[in-house]
Amino acid sequence: MSDQAIVEKLKAKFSSEILDVVEFRGETTVTMKKEQIVDICTFMRDDFGYNLLCDLCGVDYLGKSPRFMVVYNLYNISTKQRIRIKAPVEEQDANIDTVSTVWGTANWHERECWDLMGIKFNNHPDLRRILMPADWEGHPLRKDYPLQGPDREPYQGRLS
Amino acid sequence: MAANTETMTINMGPQHPSTHGVLQLILELDGEIVVKATPHIGFLHRGIEKLSEHRTYHQTIPLTDRLDYLAPMSNNLGYVLAVEKLLGITDEIPERVQRIRVIMTELTRLKSHLVWLACHALDIGAMTVFLYCFRERECITDIYEKVSGARMTSNYFRVGGLADDLPDGLEGEIRTFVESMPAHVEEYEGLLTGNRIWQKRTIGVGEISAEAAIDIGITGPSLRASGVDWDLRRDNPYCGYEDYDFDVPVRTGCDTFDRYRVRLDEMRQSVRIILQALDKLKPGPILADCPKIVLPPKQDVVNNIESLIHHFKIVTEGFKTEPGEIYQGIEAPKGELGFYLIADGSAYPFRMKIRPPSFVNLQGLPQMVEGKLLADVIAVIGTLDIVLGEIDR
Repeated sequence: MSDQAIVEKLKAKFSSEILDVVEFRGETTVTMKKEQIVDICTFMRDDFGYNLLCDLCGVDYLGKSPRFMVVYNLYNISTKQRIRIKAPVEEQDANIDTVSTVWGTANWHERECWDLMGIKFNNHPDLRRILMPADWEGHPLRKDYPLQGPDREPYQGRLS
Repeated sequence: MAANTETMTINMGPQHPSTHGVLQLILELDGEIVVKATPHIGFLHRGIEKLSEHRTYHQTIPLTDRLDYLAPMSNNLGYVLAVEKLLGITDEIPERVQRIRVIMTELTRLKSHLVWLACHALDIGAMTVFLYCFRERECITDIYEKVSGARMTSNYFRVGGLADDLPDGLEGEIRTFVESMPAHVEEYEGLLTGNRIWQKRTIGVGEISAEAAIDIGITGPSLRASGVDWDLRRDNPYCGYEDYDFDVPVRTGCDTFDRYRVRLDEMRQSVRIILQALDKLKPGPILADCPKIVLPPKQDVVNNIESLIHHFKIVTEGFKTEPGEIYQGIEAPKGELGFYLIADGSAYPFRMKIRPPSFVNLQGLPQMVEGKLLADVIAVIGTLDIVLGEIDR
């Protein structure tokens, strides 16, 4: 099934959830509202066979609203197709439902996203920091987190 | 007298020789049976993703060497392919570049698998194999040194091409080495495959079904040993892999022994691919014709004002990309290595997310060892072929 056909079916089933569809360099990105993300992901897995969650990550668009974006890179091992789902997350309400019930692999990816980006995953079985020490303060991958660490002079950017 | 039924919690790592780096495992034991295994990672976290947001696209290439430091060229390849896709210049990469990239990444696969086999065998008691594997790995490290100047952190591929052409005579050297490789693989097999101790330590150890492996995200040889016939080189070809005739080894044992056999078969297939690539290797340019992206040759910089300007602009400012986002996955020796890049139109990546195969594969460890013997934990860490450099990034 082509990406367009998949997007059409997604539109038919979750018409009120779709925010944007972008194609760039042959890759399709569908932006969806975050409220029904578990249903959307289950639908992608069961109806379209996206059985592998390759990657899950957060993106910080500091200064924009909504500030964060959670990105799901999906892969279908039978048809060898990729698709990308994104869900915006507000800064004041930085949480989204976990998809670790859909793909077990999301567990650590979501822990990493919480650790480095500070997005909470509701109903996650084990939401602890994963790369940073347990008592670390702040979320280093956020754009307003200084590159050289919290106790140093903020990075001024390159001079050139 | 009532039996003591309390469990005991022990700590393994991060300074433990068989955890392959700085992996810490908290193991809850009931006698010799593992009740619960909790991996703790992050001891090697260097913030490569954060650093890359403050560097131009070219400046990030040396950082990727430090991800899976046992397979640096695979990381280089994944990253440069991602940037090339972002720039839309994938079709402009010259043929010679593609061939040399394939040769070097397949050598890298051999290199990575040799270290895996050496350490895995050493961990479960077969010390001789370690010395044999490192003997061959040394030859590959020498080849690395000749093409890139470094034995481990190669930093050899560039966006749009290569840092330099192969030195004179190296093709013959690679061919001689690669042709000797199948006999060496036979040697390792002779030491291990029929060995009763090896079989006892690996057959039925660390079993994981295909469904469970896909659910937890395991990729690469570990997934193919669970019967899933999927290899990105064949199924989503990049770098001209569609031109080569090779098989994807698949086994259905789901255990440590079959993962071992899949990787050995992969070494034989890599040899096939390298020999074909050497046959097809023709003289030609080693950089794409994209003057705004690729650094011009040095002699042009001193003789030609246009090249001098390009050189100056690329070195001081980097090249800009159009806004967009892409994901590029490659078949690294350990599984799917993915780079997810978001560009905002500047000379720096807005966000770079690395999908390291070891990070995801390690997640499968608890379900492979829980309910099994403590000694099997060592075998499973070895069979998953993890490298903490790319787990912690």
